[in-house]
Amino acid sequence: MESSTINIEVQKIRQLLENVSDPEIPVLSVTDLGVVRDIHVNNNNVEIFITPTYSGCPAMDMISMNIKLELLAHGYKNMKVTQVLSPAWTTDWISENGKKKLKDYGIAPPEGKSFDKTSLENLKVECPHCGSSNTKPISEFGSTSCKALFQCTDCGEPFDYFKCH
Amino acid sequence: MDQNLLDYTLHLADNALIMGHRLSEWTGHGPTIEQDIAITNIALDLIGQSRNFYQYAALLTGKETEDTLAYLRDSRAFKNLLIAEIPNGDWATTITKLFFFSTYHFYLYQQMISSADTQLAAIAEKSLKEVTYHVRWSGDWVIRLGDGTEESRARMEKAVENTWSLTGEMFEPAVYEKSLAENRIGVDVSKLRKAWLKNAGTVFEEATLVTPDDKIWMQSGGKTGIHSEALGYILAEMQYLQRAYPGCEW
Repeated sequence: MESSTINIEVQKIRQLLENVSDPEIPVLSVTDLGVVRDIHVNNNNVEIFITPTYSGCPAMDMISMNIKLELLAHGYKNMKVTQVLSPAWTTDWISENGKKKLKDYGIAPPEGKSFDKTSLENLKVECPHCGSSNTKPISEFGSTSCKALFQCTDCGEPFDYFKCH
Repeated sequence: MDQNLLDYTLHLADNALIMGHRLSEWTGHGPTIEQDIAITNIALDLIGQSRNFYQYAALLTGKETEDTLAYLRDSRAFKNLLIAEIPNGDWATTITKLFFFSTYHFYLYQQMISSADTQLAAIAEKSLKEVTYHVRWSGDWVIRLGDGTEESRARMEKAVENTWSLTGEMFEPAVYEKSLAENRIGVDVSKLRKAWLKNAGTVFEEATLVTPDDKIWMQSGGKTGIHSEALGYILAEMQYLQRAYPGCEW
């Protein structure tokens, strides 16, 4: 295959991956989430490299399967999904569009760049419901590995915060 | 196959699996819903880390899988630290052992990032971010309980007394650790003790707890497969299905 043909093919696959969503946060596609590291195309063989968000995240196995199903549905036959650990996934890889989608969905997107050692106490997280910055952390851990639990002091609503990682 | 590398990888995998499995016993029993969720999240992180190590170990053997390594080995083949297998006890005991273990895990992974073995380095890089949360969360609880009520303080003092003698083993290298540390693949754990003691001391001070004497007699054996009876009970529960119905899947 010529390199231009390969590029077109990779673009096509990337487009298809927009349809594969994170099973825990269905508004985000795997490309929004930044877990798709690379796409290799060689003749009829496709290999997709993905990176796990958290080591124990049960969504990863499902994401691999859904990627394969999406490609199968579009006529691809020989595909492989490979997991890569390094460099470790970071919330910096979530697209701007993905952050907007998170907020609209009611999950506060990660604040600031990458993960550092500052605790959640020092963070200003905006309430995704009323927009107030007057919020407080309730727990560093939430309903999934990637989230922490916050509450808005103004509107009183508890909400999920996508942890900076 | 490099036997030392395999033993080392299994040691790292077993630490994370056995600690994670133990902590998962809190599922549905945590003191509040948020803390129940927190400790089960930590259990999940650890089990996830163990899978990464088992998958690598399986690759090294060329014939095992991550599942056969977790479900079909006997107690003597497990190389986890004793502190990972002890029963959860009360909340203070769980917090104390998790704080000691997480602090060790943090310094271990921090060094392992520069391992000459790229797979171990990659797993460490991934895991370090998660463990940072574990250290902070368990440390916050040490402070809250130690500097809390008369009851919580008494429980913390008892928990520290009961678990302290299990911390020395972390920094006593087994044969495979020694050999790999020389090759810059493994971490020289004896060098982690100073930082570990310093961090534990700082948190204990804030918790108004007394840091015990680190020169006392320490228990060991876990790294070479000599375990307490507690491990047998974990394995009996964890491996039951695969032992009773070999190869069962759902």
